[in-house]
Amino acid sequence: MNILTANNIHKSYGDFKALNNVSLAIPEGSIFGLLGPNGAGKTTLIRIITQIIATDQGSVTINNEPLNSNHIREIGYLPEERGLYKKMKVGEHLLYLAQLKGMSKNESMERIKFWFKRFEIAGWWGKKVEDLSKGMQQKVQFIATVLHNPKLLILDEPFSGFDPINVNIIKDEILNLAKEGSTIIFSTHRMESVEELCDHIVLLNKSEKVLEGSKKSIKDTYKTNTYEIGHKNLIDEIEDGFQIKSQNQMEDGSFNTSITILNGRGPNELLKTLIDKVEVHSFMEKIPSMNEIFISKVQGGAHE
Amino acid sequence: MNKIGLIIIREYLTRVRKKSFIIMSLIGPILFGMIFVVQFWLVSRDSEEKYVEVIDESGYFKNKFEGTGAISFTFPDDNLENAKNDLKTNESYGLLYIPQLDLDNPQGVTFFAEKNPSIEVQSSLEWFIKNEIESIKLKNSGIDKEQLDKIKTQVSLNVINITDKGEKEGDVTVALVVGYIAAFLIYFFIFLYGVQTLRGVIEEKTSRIVEIIISSVKPFQLMMGKIIGIGAVGLTQFIIWAVFTLVIYQGALTFYNIDISKTKQMEISQNVQAATGDTTEMPEIFEKINTINFPILIGAFLFYFVGGFLFYGALFAAVGSAVDNDSDAQQFQLPITLPLIMSIMLLSAIIRDPHGSLAFWSSIIPFTSPVVMMMRIPFDPPVWQIILSVICMIGGFIFTTWLAGRIYRVGILMHGAKVNYKILAKWFMMRN
Repeated sequence: MNILTANNIHKSYGDFKALNNVSLAIPEGSIFGLLGPNGAGKTTLIRIITQIIATDQGSVTINNEPLNSNHIREIGYLPEERGLYKKMKVGEHLLYLAQLKGMSKNESMERIKFWFKRFEIAGWWGKKVEDLSKGMQQKVQFIATVLHNPKLLILDEPFSGFDPINVNIIKDEILNLAKEGSTIIFSTHRMESVEELCDHIVLLNKSEKVLEGSKKSIKDTYKTNTYEIGHKNLIDEIEDGFQIKSQNQMEDGSFNTSITILNGRGPNELLKTLIDKVEVHSFMEKIPSMNEIFISKVQGGAHE
Repeated sequence: MNKIGLIIIREYLTRVRKKSFIIMSLIGPILFGMIFVVQFWLVSRDSEEKYVEVIDESGYFKNKFEGTGAISFTFPDDNLENAKNDLKTNESYGLLYIPQLDLDNPQGVTFFAEKNPSIEVQSSLEWFIKNEIESIKLKNSGIDKEQLDKIKTQVSLNVINITDKGEKEGDVTVALVVGYIAAFLIYFFIFLYGVQTLRGVIEEKTSRIVEIIISSVKPFQLMMGKIIGIGAVGLTQFIIWAVFTLVIYQGALTFYNIDISKTKQMEISQNVQAATGDTTEMPEIFEKINTINFPILIGAFLFYFVGGFLFYGALFAAVGSAVDNDSDAQQFQLPITLPLIMSIMLLSAIIRDPHGSLAFWSSIIPFTSPVVMMMRIPFDPPVWQIILSVICMIGGFIFTTWLAGRIYRVGILMHGAKVNYKILAKWFMMRN
């Protein structure tokens, strides 16, 4: 079941095409990575989903309903460029944002108290925003995003500005929200976060979708059947069906070699061949990282 | 709760609670009060007496100048050169030299002084000489002083307005002052709070809160909430000032027990004050005050205050949305503030002819009507003109908020863009 589907979306600003025929489906309960280089159209897509701007063509549905004003209540949005009213007190500020989302005052108060306790910041209610550090402000912004229990959370670079400890706190909260059933659209350039958190991704480049699917299926697609072997002694030649991609000598004299298995043969056969030749220390399938896939797709796109 | 309502309340409360608002609310009326006090003081004080030496070679004026509180004359028996030299050392303000005069064409009267004389001194010297020459001429033609005094007549005009309800006494001065104060206040508040709207939008844009807000509400709601909220702050400030000013003014009057009828200016101030209820004194002025239709005046004031602010506030908001900081705002602010400033400059022409075609058109066109119509209201303009002006005002602010809304919704999301009028037009045309 998809919580959100986008069908053939087009959006232009004057002569510039920001989104060109983009379709995607976000499964309910997933942590969905929205990836792409700067200017690929991620923010435009997010602004369409949050109803800040409208599409030129194409449609978006949430829970199979065309986007409408009731959905605002269902969405929590943490923009990349984010700020707060500096002169307002933290508590009042959160109350204001929650009420703008359509929550009642009592309900909002209860939820704010819950999150204050959760982040152990109970004393912040009366503090002015401008008196908080940047990281503390980010925490307040995060609370503002999740306060109304949104079913769909859109986080644009949520970790920027946090120190490593707070990154972990926020990461745990994101995983926790996902476990409780929220769907999370996660837009970032930090591929290690994508590896760690996302189960589905879509990659945009130059206003078009270039890749979509579950992380596992994408990685499977981009696997090259290559293995990394740590061993002693040089491998000078190898029989047909295998191909040495690279061979490097390490500082301790051992070697690190990557070998691609060609048509139809298996890793066990490769291992057997190698055992006869050299002393094998490690043997591991080389799975492409999201970083590599990202770069190859984006740069590949640039060469077209 | 309605989302615009939430925005209005936030805009209102954060501003009203600010220290600067509270301080301005307290200091504003004290400043106004001070203006009155200073006026009393200026009028009632005896300015320093100035000594003027007169060398009169014509012989017409010797010991004829009586002097006033401000200027007194001495007639030293000296020649011009010596007297000129003495100027540097003695205390006199200046030296008036009158040569032999042809009464029909008096030429060559000269004033020597170390500093340029004030206009006041200059004109009173001229007046003394002119007056004296005239009475000499009159005497020469056979009219003596006594007869002359009899001829002089004082006239003050009673103005009666003929209205449907009969005749009532009018007073141009009262209308003028009431109109001017109302017009100026409208101008002042539109300007002050218009700029606050602009700042508020820029602040929201640069602090990047705006994207969070407009994922919950429509940009137009945010803009309208802001304009209405700030307008309400302006109205609050005005009411506080009005009440405080009256209290302080009344207090000052009682304290100094000032003789109200002493000067015209004070009389005028008293008129304003009398309107609020001091009925025992000055019944005559109170009657004149009554000729002004206060329900219409106050109603019009509130309408043009709100209408004018909505009209200009929307334009200020649009400018704020288009730029990234205050200094960029200035080039776009100019075309907005120009008509506003012009409406204040028009007032002197309106006063001369409050029912002329300039007055008519400038009180219909919404760019100038809030200020100009307030100036005209005390002069009882035709009702149809007021209605037309009100309709144009309403149409005007609907138009400006629509225009501003279209620029605003695009502008607030644009950062670092070099904006010019062409780009603004493009934003305006852009689909949502």
